[in-house]
Amino acid sequence: MADTPMVAAHHVRLGSNSGQSMTRKDGLAKVTGKANYAADNRPEGLLHAVFAGASIARGRVTLLDTKAALAHPGVVHVMTPENTPALSQDPDEKTTPFTARIDVLQHNDVRYAGQPIAVVVAETLEAAIEGARLIKAEYDEQPARIGFDDGEAFTPEAVGISTPPKFATGDLEAQRKQAASSVSVVVETPLQYHNAMEPHAVVAAWDGDKLTVDMPNQAIGLAKPGIANYFGIPAENVTLRSPYLGGGFGSKAVLFGPQMLGILAARELKRPVKLALKRDQMFGPVQHRSATRQTVRYDIDADNRLLAFEHQANVSTSSFDNWLDGAANAGLSLYATPAISVAHSGTRFDTGTPGAMRAPGIATGSAVIECAIDMAAEKAGMDPLEFRLHNYAEKDHSNGKPYSAKALRECYETAANAFGWTDRPPKPGQMRDEDGLLTGWGMGTSIFHAPFFPAKARAVLRKDGTARAETSGADMGQGAWTALWQMAADGLGMAADDIDFDIGHSDLPDGSVAGGSAHTASAGGALFAAGNDVIRQLAEIATKDSDSPLFGAGNERLIGENGRLFKASDPSVGEPYTAILERAGIDEIEGQGRGNRDKASTETYAMFSHGAVFAEVKVDPDLYQVRVTRLIGAFAAGRIINPRLAKSQLTGGMIWGMSFALHEEGVHDKRTGRPLNNDFAGYHIPVLADVPHVEALLVDEDDPHVNDLGVKGVGELGITGTVGAIANAVWHAIGVRTPRYPIKIEDLLKGAEALKA
Amino acid sequence: MALRISLNINGTEHGVDLEDPRPTLLDVLRERIGLTGTKKGCDRGQCGACTVLVDGRRVNSCLTLAVSLDGADITTVEGLADGDTLHPVQAAFIQNDGFQCGYCTPGQIMSAVGLLSETGGQASAEAIREGMSGNLCRCGAYAGIQDAVLEAQANIAKAGKS
Repeated sequence: MADTPMVAAHHVRLGSNSGQSMTRKDGLAKVTGKANYAADNRPEGLLHAVFAGASIARGRVTLLDTKAALAHPGVVHVMTPENTPALSQDPDEKTTPFTARIDVLQHNDVRYAGQPIAVVVAETLEAAIEGARLIKAEYDEQPARIGFDDGEAFTPEAVGISTPPKFATGDLEAQRKQAASSVSVVVETPLQYHNAMEPHAVVAAWDGDKLTVDMPNQAIGLAKPGIANYFGIPAENVTLRSPYLGGGFGSKAVLFGPQMLGILAARELKRPVKLALKRDQMFGPVQHRSATRQTVRYDIDADNRLLAFEHQANVSTSSFDNWLDGAANAGLSLYATPAISVAHSGTRFDTGTPGAMRAPGIATGSAVIECAIDMAAEKAGMDPLEFRLHNYAEKDHSNGKPYSAKALRECYETAANAFGWTDRPPKPGQMRDEDGLLTGWGMGTSIFHAPFFPAKARAVLRKDGTARAETSGADMGQGAWTALWQMAADGLGMAADDIDFDIGHSDLPDGSVAGGSAHTASAGGALFAAGNDVIRQLAEIATKDSDSPLFGAGNERLIGENGRLFKASDPSVGEPYTAILERAGIDEIEGQGRGNRDKASTETYAMFSHGAVFAEVKVDPDLYQVRVTRLIGAFAAGRIINPRLAKSQLTGGMIWGMSFALHEEGVHDKRTGRPLNNDFAGYHIPVLADVPHVEALLVDEDDPHVNDLGVKGVGELGITGTVGAIANAVWHAIGVRTPRYPIKIEDLLKGAEALKA
Repeated sequence: MALRISLNINGTEHGVDLEDPRPTLLDVLRERIGLTGTKKGCDRGQCGACTVLVDGRRVNSCLTLAVSLDGADITTVEGLADGDTLHPVQAAFIQNDGFQCGYCTPGQIMSAVGLLSETGGQASAEAIREGMSGNLCRCGAYAGIQDAVLEAQANIAKAGKS
C-alpha cells in the first residue's frame, strides 16, 4: 500500500496520555474491595478443596488412610493417587520451556515436603481443612538432601529458561598476569520464597468439556493451551479469567500442581471447586528462588582498572527438574572488563523446583558482585562511586556491542546528589549518629536487561467517538491496567477516558507474559500499534472521501490526536474521527497490533535499564542490629509511561533488595527436608517500620533502539544494586562483611570479634 | 450443634447459621455472606490482609471466631465509603499510590482507619510506621502507604475543623 498515509511514526512523542502520572485505573476497585481476585469467585454449588501435603521430603507414600476424612461431616470426596484419573499429558513432560514438572496425584513418590498427597473436597471450607488434617499417611522415607554440602551435584545444560551455563571472552589468564592486585569473595544466598500476598488459588467450573477457570496468572496465552493439554480438551474450550493478581513476582507464570488438582476435582465431582493454598503450602509446589554459593573475583591493574572478572555460581534446583537461577550471568554487561569468565554448576536439593523470582539471576548475582567491586575500590584506595566511574562500561564487554542507551552516569550523579554522597570517610567505623549508632554509607549499580515479547492487541474505534482496546495482559501490581490503557489511548489519538480498556481474560488477544520487566514495552507496544492500525484505516477512508478536508492528502503525514485527524503540515486542516465514520456510514473500525523491536537493533545493541542505589544503615554497636535509615536510587529505563507507577515499582524493588539483604531466608530442616519457617512469623519480609525512607528518582533517557516506543522495564531493576548497597553500607558502618545473605547479627558479631582479635 | 448469630455488618443486620463453632469471621464474611473485599493472606494473624473493625477496633478477622461476635458491629472495606464519596483513607491510598497489587489493601485501609481513631489524629510518621507494621505488603508499597495515612490524617483534621 504505497499510498498509505504515515501516521504517528515511531520515535515521536507518544501522545497526551503517556508520561502523565495518572492514578491507577483499578484504584477505585482496589480501595473499595470490589476488585475481584480469583478466590473471591463463588459460583453456584461451589465445593471447597484443600490438599494434604507430604510430611517427608523424599521417599514414597506406602499407605494413605482416608477413612476419618471421608467420615467427617461435609466431606464429599477424597482424591488420592488410587482414584485420581490420569491427565491427558504426562505432568513430568516438559512441552514448552515454560512448563514445570508438577505433582498431581499421578504416583506415590514424594519429591519434596509439602507435595500434595491427597485432596479433600467438602461442602464447607472448614470441613475441607479438617478433612485434610485427618488424612493419615505412612511413608518409606529416604534421607533428605538439603544444602550444597548434602545435595547431589550435577552439570547443567542451561540456566534460567535457556541461557548457556558458561561464558567466557578475552584471555583471563593473560589479563591476570598484568594485574597489580585482585579481590575475591565467596558468598551464599538462601532459598527465597515469592510469597505473593495472594496465595495461589483456582476456582474451576466445568460445563461438559468446557472449562472456566478463575486463576491468577502472569501468562494467559501460555496457560490456556497448557491447561487444555493437561485435560485433553481444545484450547478454545478453556476460559481463563485473571483480571487482578495479588502479586506474582514470577511465581504465577507457569501452571502448578495444586491448581490443576482443583480443576481435576471439579471435573470428577461435576461441581465448581475452589482450591486456595494455605500460606504454609506456598513453600513447596509453587517455586522459589534458588539458593546459591558464589565466588566472584576481580583483577585490577596498577591504574585501578578492572582487567578480569570471574564469577562462579553453584545453584540449587530440585531432584526432578532443572531450573537454575542464572546468578553468574549478572555481571556480564556491568563494568568495563577485558576478560570475563563465568560458569554455573548445579546442586539438587529435595525441595520443590525453583523458578523465576523477581530479577532472577541478576538480583542474586549482583548481591555479590557489588560487594566485590567495593572491595576492589577499597584496595584501590578509591571512593566506591569514583571507582565505578573509573571502570564505567562504554560498551557491553561480553559482546562488544554498544548500549542502545545508557544514562547510568546521570543516575550516579542524581542519586549521589540526592543522598549527599560527599565527605564519606573511606575507612569503616568512622561515623556515629547522635544516639551513638554506627553509621555506614554504601552504594550499588542496578542493571536489568530489556527483553521484548511478541504480544498482540486489538483496538476498535466506534462511530460515537469512543473506543475499545484490549489485550490478555496481566496486572499483578505493576500498573498494567493504567500504563497499558495510557498507551492504547495514545495509539488511538484519544483521551484515555474515552477508551473502554480490558485485560486479564483469555478471550482477548495474547498480550504475552507479564515478566522479564517486558510487559509495558511488549503489550503496550501492541496496543499502541493496534490504535495506529485504526488510524491508518481511518486516514485511508478520509483521504479518499471527496467531502473530507483531508481528501487527496494520501501522501502527507497525518496525525490523530484528541479524536481528530489532521495534517502534520497544517493542523488546521482536519476533522473529528466521528465525522469520517459518519460520512462513510461505518459503525466501527477494528485495528490489530503487535509491538515491534527492530531485528537489526537487536543484533547491533546491548539493551538494559540502569540505575544507582545509595544506602545508609545504622548499626547498634552492642547488639549489631542493622536498620536501613535511607535508601535512595536513581534509574534510567527509557521512556517512562507513568512516573507515579514507575516510582512505586522501583521503590518496591528496592524494598525487595532490603529484604534480600537483611530479612528473607527459607530454612529447611536438614534431617527431614521440611520447611522450618513456612509462615510470616518465621519467613521475614520488611514491614513499614523497616522502611523509614525509600526514594526512587527517574532519570530522563531516550532509547531510540530498544523498541518503537523506547520503553524499557522498571519492575525488577530496583532490587539489583540495592542488596549490595546495603551490604556495603554495613561494611562501612562496622568493617565486617558476612559470608551469606541475609546479613545476620551472629555473623556480624563473629566478624567484629575477628576484627578485634 | 447448630448456632445462629447476628452480625451487624456495614450497617446491615445479617443472621448467620453456623453448623459448628469453627468458622472464623473472615471465612463467614467471604464464603457465607459474600463480602469478599476482606482478604485471606495467611489465616494465622501474621499478615493483616483480613483486618476489619469490630465495634470500632481493628482485628484480624482470621483469628476471630464468628460465634464469639453475636451482636457485634463490623465494618469491612465495603462499608467505608459513603455512597460514591470515598473515606479520606481510601482517597489518600489512591492519591499516594499506597498499593500495587491491591491484595493487602483492604487490610491496610481498615488498619489505617483503626489506627487514626486510636491516635486521635495525632500520629507522627514514626507512630504510623509502627502502627501499620501488622499489615504486610509484599509489593513494597510502603512509601505510598505512609504518605497516604499521613495525608488522610491531615484531611480528616481539616474536615473536622471546617
